[in-house]
Amino acid sequence: MAQLFHPIANAYAKGSILFGGVLAGGLLFLGWAHERSAYVTSQNVVRDQPVPFSHNHHVSGLGLDCRYCHLSVEKAGFAGIPPTQVCYGCHQIIWKDVKMLEPVRASYKTGEPIAWNRVHDVPDFVYFNHSIHIAKGIGCESCHGPVNQMPLIRKAKTLQMDFCLDCHRNPEKNIREKEDVFKFGVTPVSAERAKELVDERKIVKKQLDNCWVCHR
Amino acid sequence: MSLIDEASSPGSPHEPVRSPREVAAAGEDARGAVAGAGLPIVDLASPRYDLDAMRRRLEVAGGEEYWRSFDQLADTPEFRDFVEREFPRHAAVWDESVDRRKFLGLMGASLALAGAGGCLHQPEEKIVPYVRQPDGVKLGEALYFATAMPFNGYAEPLLVTSRMGRPIKVEGNPEHPASLGSTSVFAQASMLGMYDPDRSKTVIRRGNVDTWGNFVEELEGRLAGMREWKGAGLAILTETVTSPTLGAQLEDLLKTFPKAKWHSYQPVHRNNARAGALAAFGENLTPVYKFDQADVVLALDCDFLYELPGSVRYARDFVDKRRVVDEIKSMNRLYVVESTPTLAGAASDHRWRVASSKIESVLRSLAAKLGVDVAKTPDAAELIPAKDLGVLADDLTSHKGSCLVVVGDAQPPAAHALAHAINRALGNVGKTVEYVEPVEATAGGGPGTLAELASALRDGKVETLLILGGNPVYNAPAEVDFEGALKKALGVGGAEKAGAAASLVLCARLGEYYDETSLLAHWHLPQAHYLESWGDARAYDGTAGVIQPLIAPLYGGKTAYQVLAVLQGRSGLSAYEIVQSYWQPRLSGDFANAWRKVIHDGLVPDSKSAVKQPGWTFVDKPTAKTTDGAGGKESADDTVELVITPDPCVWDGRFANNAWLQELAKPLTKLVWDNAALVGPATFEKFHLSNGDVVSLKTPSGRKVEAPVWLIPGQADGVVTLALGYGRAKAGKVGTGIGYDAYEALPVDVPYVENVTLAKTGKKYYLVATHDHWSMEGRDVVKSETFDSLGKPHGHAAEKKAEEHLAEAKAKEDGEKHEGGAEPNKGPSHEEKEALVERMRGFKESGEPVISMFPDWDYSPKTIENRWAMQIDQTACIGCNACVIACQAENNIPIVGKEQCGKGREMHWLRIDRYYKGAGGGIDNPESYFQPVPCMHCEDAPCELVCPVAATTHDAEGLNNMVYNRCVGTRYCSNNCPYKVRRFNFFNYTKITEPTLKMLQNPEVTVRSRGVMEKCSYCVQRIDAARITAKKELRSIRDGEVRTACQAACPTQAITFGNLNDTKSHVVRLRESPLDYALLAELGVRPRTRYLARVRNPHPELRIDAVDSPQPGVVPTYEPTKT
Repeated sequence: MAQLFHPIANAYAKGSILFGGVLAGGLLFLGWAHERSAYVTSQNVVRDQPVPFSHNHHVSGLGLDCRYCHLSVEKAGFAGIPPTQVCYGCHQIIWKDVKMLEPVRASYKTGEPIAWNRVHDVPDFVYFNHSIHIAKGIGCESCHGPVNQMPLIRKAKTLQMDFCLDCHRNPEKNIREKEDVFKFGVTPVSAERAKELVDERKIVKKQLDNCWVCHR
Repeated sequence: MSLIDEASSPGSPHEPVRSPREVAAAGEDARGAVAGAGLPIVDLASPRYDLDAMRRRLEVAGGEEYWRSFDQLADTPEFRDFVEREFPRHAAVWDESVDRRKFLGLMGASLALAGAGGCLHQPEEKIVPYVRQPDGVKLGEALYFATAMPFNGYAEPLLVTSRMGRPIKVEGNPEHPASLGSTSVFAQASMLGMYDPDRSKTVIRRGNVDTWGNFVEELEGRLAGMREWKGAGLAILTETVTSPTLGAQLEDLLKTFPKAKWHSYQPVHRNNARAGALAAFGENLTPVYKFDQADVVLALDCDFLYELPGSVRYARDFVDKRRVVDEIKSMNRLYVVESTPTLAGAASDHRWRVASSKIESVLRSLAAKLGVDVAKTPDAAELIPAKDLGVLADDLTSHKGSCLVVVGDAQPPAAHALAHAINRALGNVGKTVEYVEPVEATAGGGPGTLAELASALRDGKVETLLILGGNPVYNAPAEVDFEGALKKALGVGGAEKAGAAASLVLCARLGEYYDETSLLAHWHLPQAHYLESWGDARAYDGTAGVIQPLIAPLYGGKTAYQVLAVLQGRSGLSAYEIVQSYWQPRLSGDFANAWRKVIHDGLVPDSKSAVKQPGWTFVDKPTAKTTDGAGGKESADDTVELVITPDPCVWDGRFANNAWLQELAKPLTKLVWDNAALVGPATFEKFHLSNGDVVSLKTPSGRKVEAPVWLIPGQADGVVTLALGYGRAKAGKVGTGIGYDAYEALPVDVPYVENVTLAKTGKKYYLVATHDHWSMEGRDVVKSETFDSLGKPHGHAAEKKAEEHLAEAKAKEDGEKHEGGAEPNKGPSHEEKEALVERMRGFKESGEPVISMFPDWDYSPKTIENRWAMQIDQTACIGCNACVIACQAENNIPIVGKEQCGKGREMHWLRIDRYYKGAGGGIDNPESYFQPVPCMHCEDAPCELVCPVAATTHDAEGLNNMVYNRCVGTRYCSNNCPYKVRRFNFFNYTKITEPTLKMLQNPEVTVRSRGVMEKCSYCVQRIDAARITAKKELRSIRDGEVRTACQAACPTQAITFGNLNDTKSHVVRLRESPLDYALLAELGVRPRTRYLARVRNPHPELRIDAVDSPQPGVVPTYEPTKT
């Protein structure tokens, strides 16, 4: 009986096994890449907002402190989005007729709040608390990036779980002096000082990666 | 009636018990037969119990055996199923049959989608700030406001948690004497009541939507005429009124309209207590009890731990006198005489079963023994053994001024008067009981009754009727026939229809629901819930508090104040203005400040009702036997006494639409979603009943109720107990049409009827009780001690054994003295004693097995600051269920419905197991024990090891974390949990479509979805909040700073939570008690939740095993051993 397969079939077989492996690996890689892509994480994606508010202008240009608008960042879990009142406090005097600020004026007059598009939004099963991070000396910049240089706000980090865990397992990486928390572009403290700060502020590292610290 | 005929299962004693699968199949058939009925009628082969065999079994066990249910005693297959499996066999199968093809398809789809689940994009969300941020709001943090819940007329003071403007949880107001920080189960559940989407949303006039303005116009239009006729034809019907503002408004109205009538009615009332006080003192006084002063308490048909106004406080005071955890040299003693088991009966040291109608005789016999001048001295010997009564009288006499006799509100006036006389004879007045000026409003000499209103309606004397709250068309006693009277006055329906013109021109009803009463009225006005309206109310001792709203009315609800204000010609005022204007002249000092303080504190300072020195006009007048028109039929063979009580969950029906309360297992019967006719073993046998048999109960006056039977130990022989609150025709989506309506048989004066004919109907009804669910199997799940054995090195049981041992040895020694040889036995050695002590305590830290395959966690104070633990005191637990609902509210726990409950799928994270112990009473009158069981947070947790996806893990503080997002629903953890505290979401139980119910959820706790396991978290959200606060201040969490929801709600402080690494913490102190033990300690899983054994304090002469007891009068010394 004649050979059913030409000798080249062996090569095909080997090739397809190899190709299959590469394909599977490639798919896994694609899946991974997809999960890490901005498409999923929205990292560095700028969203349209009712008012094109520039952090760059207000922070770097005018020198406003974060806490001027994000009132409760030191006290509560939510940092707080400023009420219309805060915007209007200045903008009833400066730039009071500019068209761009019409939604602010309308909101103040009608009592209808401005609905911003949320940029930093962790999943609902994550219970993030701003105040404790501030109290322990983690700078705004560590999670929010160089906000002072952003004309329009965007998410600088993925805010995925590995990002959180990275710091929760090794807080020395991001810990700062108290006075630097609300500053940008601060030089990291030395490794020894970081260790000191972690001890001083009674950060219990073995507890920080427990599930119920963030999920419950 | 929604009882379903299932003629196919007559059930004979010899019929083999069907397998659950067959039963399920039979259920399918039956379901088909009654398609559309909508009720699950899987008949779980309610077995015929061999009660004699059970009695014998308990006798052999010597009264030392604890049991959960008759099914357990009978060891039925259903019970084995609940013990051996996580869920009973039939519950694990799919609800619909699935063929192979469909199964493979589903498998393939789920495999394909398994990974895809994680790829869902998070939806883009908006973030919406305030326009003007209110002062004091901290975004995402809770605020607390003092208010009060009017329940049955009386105020229950509360502190309500509000998040972002919506109330989500109630706690007790710690500054108010009626609460001291604790709440009742009803207050906890009232949160769901507020967000109930079935509440009425609009003003309705004769079936059409209308406006409040139009109603005001119509009522004002009638004012001129009313003035002219001095109010003749005007009737106002309320429930019990303690609100000072409403009382003043009524007073004012009755002055303006002297011929107007105010009536008051609610099914659970205190009219008899009032009449009793009038008879005894010649004036209307309200007794206020001081259980904290009472060493001996006798309660007669009186569940002072659950049913009285002020029960929350009474429970605290009572238990504080019997807590045996600290160095305490005395413990109070509770005697209970009652017809049907109550929480007071379960907490008692001695309990006698006497029919409600005979309680008065017991009181009279006792009064005669104590030297009170009574009409006659009947012989109560057939009710309570003469010896027992003698001991009881002696015990009371030897505690003059520190004992207390309380009688239930349902008892006739004569019984109340007798109790006053006994308390007076014992010198208790001013010590353990105070008489204060009436707490209830007494405008115009007090309200008229419902019967008077009904006859005025029938006679056509009422032109304008305002029904403010209540639901008389549903909950009036059938004898009064309020519905008929109202219909006649309205000229609708019934036989009287012909030609009769309507005499009632305006009938308006203010109610939270568009229910039975509103359906008949011309006008229905939506009533604001107490959490959304201003108001005031008095607590049990008269302390007034202002009710402040936590949220604007969701549906534009109005209050009774506003309706009455229309009559006063002040229609424009808001409830706030009315209440404030009442208090303005009554608060001392600067009003603005005083008012702020009243609202902040939740009470008006020094507003407690004045204590009066009562006069004495007591002449014993025995209650005439009301034979109810059937004279001479005394105790025929087929008759029983019917006792009608409020349901422990839905009360008189006002909570019928509250699903939390419906699904809450009733404290003693553990029934859910239904009421049943409770029957004791003797009656059960006499009428050859089995559980679920529908019986017809016919009163001598011919009224009939059909109800399914449920067997319960501790019931008085020949007494059948019915519960109110069910059989609602128009309650809402949850409460309509479940159970039977006991109001059909409710008499007007006292809630019991004698000579009721009981007959089987041949019908069956499926009742669901959860008492066998989550059964644990192991040694000494419940432990108990008697107070006088506490000072001894080893508990009573051990002592008894040791003495037997000694006696035996002595006999042996005597016999063998001269023969030499065998070494004389000198009783247990020191080591044996030690071992016994260890056994009583469970395994202490030192004695625990050290060899373990579990990871060696280090919890030393050096490594970790907090080592959370919970201690539950079974002596303090009265089984009131407040903790269960508090947990449900705090942790967003869903309800699952009756059918799912029947499969053992109820979701409560915290359950209260109820056990019985035979001790002399056998199955007829056993002792009752309550054991709340949350997650044990084992240090060596078996659940953690079996999870394939690490969804349940151990954390540094030793908590057993449950991570919902990792959980894939294998349920291995639940199978491996010896305590059965894990709950699985078989369906998407929390799928909420109603927007108001979304507002109810606690934002601090994840809402779980289908296919996810969940369990008690020790309220980790509260721990986290405290930890964050403490860490910000660079300090440790203080003892008592974290209070779990169950702990905070508990009226008796039975639950303590704290840090084991803090040597000064309360929980550590409790752990050092010799009563401390762990559940199933022999498994060596080192649970963090531990228990204190129940301590009872029986009278030495009344103890079943009095032979072994120490001499009476010897005060035992007791010092906690330090380990």
